[in-house]
Amino acid sequence: MRRLLKAIPTMLQVGFAEAVAYRAEMIIWVLATTMPLIMLMVWTAVAEAGPVPSVSGRTWESGSFVAYFLVAFIVRQLISSWAAWEINYEVRQGTLSMRLLRPVHPVLMYLVQNLVYLPLRAVVTAPVVVILLFSPGAAHLEKHWATWLVFAASLAGGWMINFFANIAIGALSFTMESSVKIMDVWIAAFFVFSGYLFPLDLFPPWLREVAAWLPFRYQLGLPVELATGVHSLPEALALLARQWAWAAAFLVGSLSLWRVGVRRFQAYGG
Amino acid sequence: MIRVRGLQKHYRVQKRPPGMAAAVKALFKREYTWVKAVDGIDFDIKPGERVGFLGPNGAGKTTTLKMLSGLLHPTAGEVDVAGHVPRKREVALLKKIMLVMGQKQQLLWDLPPAETFELNRAIYEVPRAEYQQRLDELVSLLELGDLITKPTRQLSLGERMKCELAAALVHGPKVLFLDEPTIGLDVSMQVVMRDFIRRYNERHGATLILTSHYMDDVAALCPRVIVIDKGQLSFDGSLDSLVQRVRPEKRVTLRFSQPVKKEDVAALGTVVTHEPAEAVIQVPQDAVNAAVGRALQSLPVQDLNVENPPLEEVMSELFSRSRAAREVGEAAA
Repeated sequence: MRRLLKAIPTMLQVGFAEAVAYRAEMIIWVLATTMPLIMLMVWTAVAEAGPVPSVSGRTWESGSFVAYFLVAFIVRQLISSWAAWEINYEVRQGTLSMRLLRPVHPVLMYLVQNLVYLPLRAVVTAPVVVILLFSPGAAHLEKHWATWLVFAASLAGGWMINFFANIAIGALSFTMESSVKIMDVWIAAFFVFSGYLFPLDLFPPWLREVAAWLPFRYQLGLPVELATGVHSLPEALALLARQWAWAAAFLVGSLSLWRVGVRRFQAYGG
Repeated sequence: MIRVRGLQKHYRVQKRPPGMAAAVKALFKREYTWVKAVDGIDFDIKPGERVGFLGPNGAGKTTTLKMLSGLLHPTAGEVDVAGHVPRKREVALLKKIMLVMGQKQQLLWDLPPAETFELNRAIYEVPRAEYQQRLDELVSLLELGDLITKPTRQLSLGERMKCELAAALVHGPKVLFLDEPTIGLDVSMQVVMRDFIRRYNERHGATLILTSHYMDDVAALCPRVIVIDKGQLSFDGSLDSLVQRVRPEKRVTLRFSQPVKKEDVAALGTVVTHEPAEAVIQVPQDAVNAAVGRALQSLPVQDLNVENPPLEEVMSELFSRSRAAREVGEAAA
């Protein structure tokens, strides 16, 4: 463990240099995730005609949609991971061999490579944060500092669920050719059940119940709910515990899938 | 250093003929076939040895290297590399070995090779002073100069391969697996790579296993060769004894001061090539002295040279013989 801790600063430094080299590509990815901004326009237009009531009793005004979708955009940037595509490509091309030859667990290398993009993504999202603070949405943000700490922890939890889900789906590439298609299905479910396209509060009760039992809400919806002041502190902590339980389950599950899968790695190509 | 017993790697591969009907059928019932990539091989390699793995495409050479380096899990058999079982991929083993594949790269594509070297230094925990000393040695021996500070994508294939080799050696591996390290390189770059690999082996006593389709690589680097064909070991010994076994003849090249007819040359041995001013004949090894004597007496010989047949021909003959033997065996079965 001490050995790894000594290597991590250099891995981060080299990874960051690589992230900077791919900055243009990253900006294109960010542009590809502007769906919350489109949904913001749609829902504020709806709210202009009159507040939107939810089954839970909350009333959604134009400002609450601004806060919700701008935070959703920011959270999406900060929990991003693309390890599943990378693993799939490397397994199919056989280039994973070069990672497996190194005395560091490949999952740790993917983790570092994904984490180093966070500072760059934070820079890209900074203007959106400023816009949010000066927008009508600012009034709908959480006021209690302690909940913001829970929000920070929930960002880490959301990132972990997303990253380890990527590792789990990527590890399926060892046994099946179409793991990327599974990722597509996963993303489709994420769009619906995470609150990325619509606030889960606007779902019918039975669908909200389903969403509460799925991991997607804990990837994005929970941090957004915490930032927009939906939950009291005790509720927030309880939901955070549930989120971290999901993160732990994905950590264990993905590493198990990896361990089983790597035995079947065929290291294609010369 | 390396001990291999009964090593096997069998793959299950889906078999499907082309066409729509076969595609639909495969939806419901898939047919598989077993490929015996490596089928029970045994060998030992001592510390510091340089061994060449030879064999036609698909013979099982690279699969064997991948099992020795822990990338592939064997179907059966025992492998011991430097006191470790490779498939367990223990950190202690991974720090002692490296596999260099001519067709795969570890260099970070958009960063200078120096960044990959630095990353490997950290990952392999090479002390800074030792790293600097080793890097200086690699830069000097491989004549890397300022190549290591240019982005990898801007390097030529030869420059990139030299940097790949340097990246693979930053941690000073004791066992080096080289899979087609000179593939695609021009002749002068092949010579540079060979010289470097031999010097590395001599200086550091590293054990070296090489696969290459360039027989010059094998001739220059490997006193011992292991021939693998269809997953089975068909020869293990010195290169000379392999040549003796497959082609126990010598080639005599004769250059004449005056034109000589083919019939006159044919009296000395089997004519391989003939031109009025130069001919190449093949004679059994024990008849070389007599043939050379007769040539000097009866023909206007200006210069002559005796050598083994080209390795490419030897290998080609070896593989075609084993193919023929297999076909006979399959027909009999």
